[in-house]
This record gives sequence, C-alpha cells and structure tokens, in this order.
Amino acid sequence: MDRIPILRMGPFLLVTIQVDMYDQLALTLQEDLTDLIARSGARGVLIDISALDLVDSFMGRMIANIAQMSRIMDARTVLTGMRPAVAITLVELGMQLPGVRTALNVDRGMELLRAELAAEAVATTGDDEWEPAPQAEPGHADDQP
Amino acid sequence: MPTTSPDAARAETLSIAVEADVVRVRQAVRTRAAALGFSIVDQTKVVTAASELARNTLKHGGGGHCRVEPVTAGGRVGLRLVFEDQGPGIPDVRLALTDGYTTGGGMGLGLSGSRRLMTDFDLWSEVGKGTRVTVAKWK
Ligand SMILES: Nc1ncnc2c1ncn2[C@@H]1O[C@H](COP(=O)(O)OP(=O)(O)OP(=O)(O)O)[C@@H](O)[C@H]1O
Ligand SMILES: [Mg+2]
Repeated sequence: MDRIPILRMGPFLLVTIQVDMYDQLALTLQEDLTDLIARSGARGVLIDISALDLVDSFMGRMIANIAQMSRIMDARTVLTGMRPAVAITLVELGMQLPGVRTALNVDRGMELLRAELAAEAVATTGDDEWEPAPQAEPGHADDQP
Repeated sequence: MPTTSPDAARAETLSIAVEADVVRVRQAVRTRAAALGFSIVDQTKVVTAASELARNTLKHGGGGHCRVEPVTAGGRVGLRLVFEDQGPGIPDVRLALTDGYTTGGGMGLGLSGSRRLMTDFDLWSEVGKGTRVTVAKWK
C-alpha cells in the first residue's frame, strides 16, 4: 500500500506531500501521523506542499484535520511551501485553514516552531513552577531505530 | 507542447468511476489549459474546479464522465468542462450552491467555489435523473 513518509527532525515531524492525494492515502497519513506524535512526543508538524500544483477542498480538509488532531496532541502544525497560484486559488475557493500557520519554506517553518517552543518554555517556567515537567510516559517510549 | 498539434483543439471525454479517475481528469485539464496558454494562476483555478466537480460526480453522482473541450468565441480562446452523471440529482440547486452546504460531510465548497473559480458556470440537475455541471474559463 502507498504511504507518505514522515521524517523526524528533532522535536518535529516533517511530511512532504509530493503525490496526488486520494482518500485512502490521506487517511493512512493521518493515522501514521497521530501514531507517531503519540510515540515520539513531537511538538510540531511541518507539512511541506511545495511540490503540489493544487490544493482542493479535499486536501484542504485533510490539512485542517491534521492540524486539529496535532493540536489536541499538543503539537503545532505549519504548512510550508505553498505556491502563490495555489494560495490565490484557495482563497477564491473559499477554503480557510483554521489553526494552520504557513511559512515560506521548511527552514522558516522550523524557525517558527522553535521560536514558539522557546516562548512556551519561558512562559511555563515563569508562571507554573510547581507544575511537573512533561515526561515520557512508560509505554510511550521512543522506538526510533 | 506544440500548439499546432491537431489534438490540442479536439474534445475528449474521460470516465469518472474510481478515485484514480479524478486524478486523471486533473491531469488532462492541466495539460489542456497549459496548451491553450492559460497563466499558471488560471491553470490552477481551472484544475482545482475540475477536481471539485469530478469528485462530486464520483461521490454524489455515483460516477459519470467529464468532457474537456477547447472553445473559441469572438476571437477568444477558452476551455469548457462538462461533468455529467445519472445519479440521484440535486433537490435544491440553490441550496447546493451555498457556501458550506453539504450532505456528505464535506466542506460544502465544491460547487460554490468552482463557480467563483470559473468564468461561466451552469448547473442542471433533476432528481432521479442526474446532474450536469458546465463550466468554462476564458483567456
Ligand atoms: N453530481 C452531484 N449529484 C448529486 N448531488 C450533488 C452533486 N454535486 C453536488 N451535489 C450536492 O451538492 C452538495 C454541495 O456540493 P459541494 O461540492 O459544494 O460540497 P461537498 O461535495 O458536500 O463538499 P466538498 O466538495 O467541499 O468536499 C453536496 O453535498 C451534494 O449534496
Ligand atoms: Mg464537493
């Protein structure tokens, strides 16, 4: 079965979408991603669509779903590399992507996520010193090869 | 792509029966729009509308076909797409054209969005008979 590979980059996951999406592939990706976020404790997901020459409402919904699921699992989503023609078309289509931030490219997307993590860390140590630091739960150990 | 090719001006009909057909429709429409010299932005709009309408034909119409047809009028060049199915039809066409209206758990943007993305938009539907969406984009 076809699968979209998910790459681990430090505390983030990178998904590069290069092929035409269809239902089953999108569902598999969503499952793989949530699974990997749970297992790795990733704090951010980058979805790179620089290879895509269109995003229709189906793809848009998939991206919005991923962002929503990630957020529930305490990870942020950044969409990177959207081509100008695709962005213009999405707006005219009427597609909104709530909870999804965009960045010009993967590098900028990583910067954005890193800055956010850092800001969060500062806020946490400042206000909630009594709060226990997040720890990997047993059974959720990282099983990276 | 050579514009002198006899194929560039000929209409073609593609069947829409499985998901992979939606991808094939997109590719055929992209090739045509590029051959006709549409800008990248307009190509993207036409292909996105085609993707929405092909998916509707498959999902809501139970399958059908798409006709891809280069057209000229008054010296202008355009691309016309006709999506047709013999599915259940749409009881309330005006409602179906409203942003956000869906009976299938979608975003409800396919029809209304395609109308915005294309120059011409015509929707014919009769309950129990089927649906035909005719769209065109002019250069
Ligand atoms: N070919 C068709 N045959 C029957 N009903 C249709 C057809 N095309 C559209 N419809 C009806 O019109 C509604 C609106 O279509 P539209 O494409 O705008 O939204 P959607 O397909 O439900 O969601 P989205 O396209 O955003 O994923 C559909 O939910 C469906 O009820
Ligand atoms: Mg639709």
